[in-house]
Amino acid sequence: MTLTLTHYLVLSAILFTIGLAGVIRRKNLLMLFFATEIMLNAANIAFAAISAYINDLSGQLFALFIIAIAASEVAVGLGLLILIYKKYGTLDLDNFSVMKG
Amino acid sequence: MESLVYIALFAPLVSSLFSALFAQRPKTYLVGTVASLLIGASLVSSLILLFTLLDNPTPIHVDLMDWIVVGDMNVKFGFTVDQVTVTMMSVVTLVSTVVHVYSNYYMGHDKSYNRFFSYLSAFVFSMLILVMSDNFLGLFIGWEGVGVCSWLLIGFWYHKPDVSKDVNPAVSPSWAANEAFIVNRIADLGMLVGIFMIYWSLGTLNYNEVFANLDKLDHSFLVGIGIALFIGAMGKSAQFPLHTWLTDAMEGPTPVSALIHAATMVTAGVYLVIRAHPLYQEIPEVSYFIAVLGTFVAIFAASMALVNRDLKRIIAYSTLSQLGYMFAAAGLGAYWVALFHLAAHAFFKALLFLGAGNVMHGMNDELDIFKMGGLKKYMAKTFFFMGLASLALSGIYPFAGFFSKDTILEVAFNEHTYGIWFVLWLTAGLTAFYSFRQVFLVFLGDERFKKYGIHPHEAPNWVAWTFSPLAIMAVIFGFFKEDTMEFLTKLLPPYEMSEHTHHMVPILIIVTTLIAVSGIVIAYIKYAKGLKRDPKVENSFAYKLLYNQYYIPLIYEKTITKPYEQLSNIAWQQIDMKVVDATVDGIAHLVKETGEVSTKAQNGNLSSYLKWMTAGLIMITIIAVIFVVMK
Amino acid sequence: MEAIAFYIFSILIVGLFLVTILSKNILYSMSSLAAGMVLISGLFFILGADFLGAVQLVVYSGAVMALYAFGMMFFDATKDIKERNSSGLLVFLLSGATAVILVVIFAAPSIGKNIKPLVTGTKGADNPHVIGEVLFTKYLIPFEVAAVMLLVAMIAGIVLASKKMDQSLSEIYIDADPENELKEQK
Repeated sequence: MTLTLTHYLVLSAILFTIGLAGVIRRKNLLMLFFATEIMLNAANIAFAAISAYINDLSGQLFALFIIAIAASEVAVGLGLLILIYKKYGTLDLDNFSVMKG
Repeated sequence: MESLVYIALFAPLVSSLFSALFAQRPKTYLVGTVASLLIGASLVSSLILLFTLLDNPTPIHVDLMDWIVVGDMNVKFGFTVDQVTVTMMSVVTLVSTVVHVYSNYYMGHDKSYNRFFSYLSAFVFSMLILVMSDNFLGLFIGWEGVGVCSWLLIGFWYHKPDVSKDVNPAVSPSWAANEAFIVNRIADLGMLVGIFMIYWSLGTLNYNEVFANLDKLDHSFLVGIGIALFIGAMGKSAQFPLHTWLTDAMEGPTPVSALIHAATMVTAGVYLVIRAHPLYQEIPEVSYFIAVLGTFVAIFAASMALVNRDLKRIIAYSTLSQLGYMFAAAGLGAYWVALFHLAAHAFFKALLFLGAGNVMHGMNDELDIFKMGGLKKYMAKTFFFMGLASLALSGIYPFAGFFSKDTILEVAFNEHTYGIWFVLWLTAGLTAFYSFRQVFLVFLGDERFKKYGIHPHEAPNWVAWTFSPLAIMAVIFGFFKEDTMEFLTKLLPPYEMSEHTHHMVPILIIVTTLIAVSGIVIAYIKYAKGLKRDPKVENSFAYKLLYNQYYIPLIYEKTITKPYEQLSNIAWQQIDMKVVDATVDGIAHLVKETGEVSTKAQNGNLSSYLKWMTAGLIMITIIAVIFVVMK
Repeated sequence: MEAIAFYIFSILIVGLFLVTILSKNILYSMSSLAAGMVLISGLFFILGADFLGAVQLVVYSGAVMALYAFGMMFFDATKDIKERNSSGLLVFLLSGATAVILVVIFAAPSIGKNIKPLVTGTKGADNPHVIGEVLFTKYLIPFEVAAVMLLVAMIAGIVLASKKMDQSLSEIYIDADPENELKEQK
């Protein structure tokens, strides 16, 4: 059968939801980052697919920039993660209730 | 000419404001002097206006400013000085000036001296607005103003505590002030209804316009207006059944009683009836009812004064009685006679009250006449003035009371209302009796005050000079009856006596003088030698009935005051606290509880925040999808 | 042909990412994440986005996963992560609802027919050629900004993770006897 854009978009949606479930469920901060990566990749797939089916290059360029952003986000995020680990000794999310209101 | 009107009207206001500046400071004679001078200026302006109107009978009209201009309603602050107004103005300002000067002496030891003058002048100002206004709404403003000022003045010694009812005087000043104000308020409701009815049917409140258009209304509506306005007059002039406040108002200082309860505020009701005479002429049944009620009050009050022991209350009852006379005259259509009696009464009643003030001051604020006696030796001048005033009150020739009272009796006779004539005639005798009972018990006879250790002293000479204008007027005013009639009937309808009455006039005069003199003689026989108390008489039913004011205050307290208090209590505890407060508190409680529950959503846990975010995301997406699909 | 590749890839990707979010071992989840990234680049190649696929391989499954690996080494990775998951049902419901909604939205025939492509490169050229054309003409500014941002992120990463930035390395090693270190640290 021929692949239409809908196939790719549905795949992107499912992957996004998987990432979302991971973000909600994961209590370890590092694993939270993994789930975030999944979400970003899902968006990338959507962008690339639409770009291919409409013959517009903006989608691919946008996906490119998202990759760049994700890279820098990982760098800074891991730095902060290291600082948290040094201060609290644990990466469990339930221990960080300093912003409790 | 307009400036005279403004001076007469606003000088008391300036005096009041000036005195108010010093209200918190200790007593200073500057305040008393300035106040008296300003009221004197008002008096001079009123007299000049009087003489101007005597020459040129056109009323003087000034429009101060537009007051209420809303839709179709246009009420101005306008003042008219016509014959009726200028008579009232002269009377009011003369009595006020004398009272102001006297208060310098009477309130000399009081630490709230300055405040007193502020209130007193404010009262004069309100009264002048009442009589000078040219529309019903200005009248009502003055009406309310005198009500408020009388409240302030009756309750002047508000820090005096409540006393039990067995002690004489029986109430506290703040209670008496409240009673006066509340009773007046109840009557003011009637007056407001009357004013509303006038405006609703005629669209204007100006006297001239209203009275010109009265024939457009049908008769029963006019009856309604007349009754409503008269209810207001009943409250102010203390007619039955709204009369209880007048005697309790004696708790205020004596100058207050002299000014308010002799000459001015209580006559506002009579003024209203006189002013609205075109209305009352159209509804003779209401006027007849007014006359009957006035007659009833006359004898009712006189009967209660027969046995009373309180110096000022006897005079208060006599005021009540004479007000009945005035209403009788007005009700029978003789409006200028009512006004004439009003003026004469103001003079000698104020004199009587001021004399009583002298007695009180000299006797260390003692009020019980059974504890006085033989004061003629110590207070000769006061004896002279009070005797003079009592003679005028009893209607003895040639004093002022004779002319006014006799004319009223003639009017009653002329109208063939012989019942009214008889009752008023009897009341004249009673009036003479109790006035002189008071004079003799206080000034003649044995000196009962010795055993209470009181040392009486006379007032200084200048006080006697202050009384003299009133005394002179009480003596000579009667001779101005013809001039007054000519003056007033330019505005008011004249009253023609029939031929039959003209023949009877000498007989009527003799009969009236006879009963008045016999009253004096009986009083002399009983009391001139001294007080003999008879326990049998004092415990008899009639005596007790009269002494307790026919138990009317007691009835009011049991049937009106106590149930109302209980109702208020229920309204407070059941409705206000349980329903209203609970609702407001409930809302606040709800908000607080909601907040406390919502606080748990902010537990600092990133995971739960993410869950909330996802939930929000789902909801928004669903809403967006629904919108798109519905389009 | 494409369809078969697409289905194989997509099923594998979904399975691997499920492992990522469900596993208790951090090593397993990271490995499956890396594998998923590689397969996603495969998807890009199917779509004809060559340059993007190459970048995905190099940056994502190369550099980013390497960063994660270093980070994982920093923490104790051998013991299983104990997680308190008190509300599994809630997670399932939320994510399930999101999935349903998103799939419904995307599966509906809602793609417009009149969308005009805005940015097309010269026809017939290779994908990298075209991307290069567009990147350095129309998207030059975002490109430069992204470069600056990467620089900033790099510096931030260094600053956040290192200690004793205000002292030079030589000083640390010369004064390295314990007493002096203690005094300096005070």
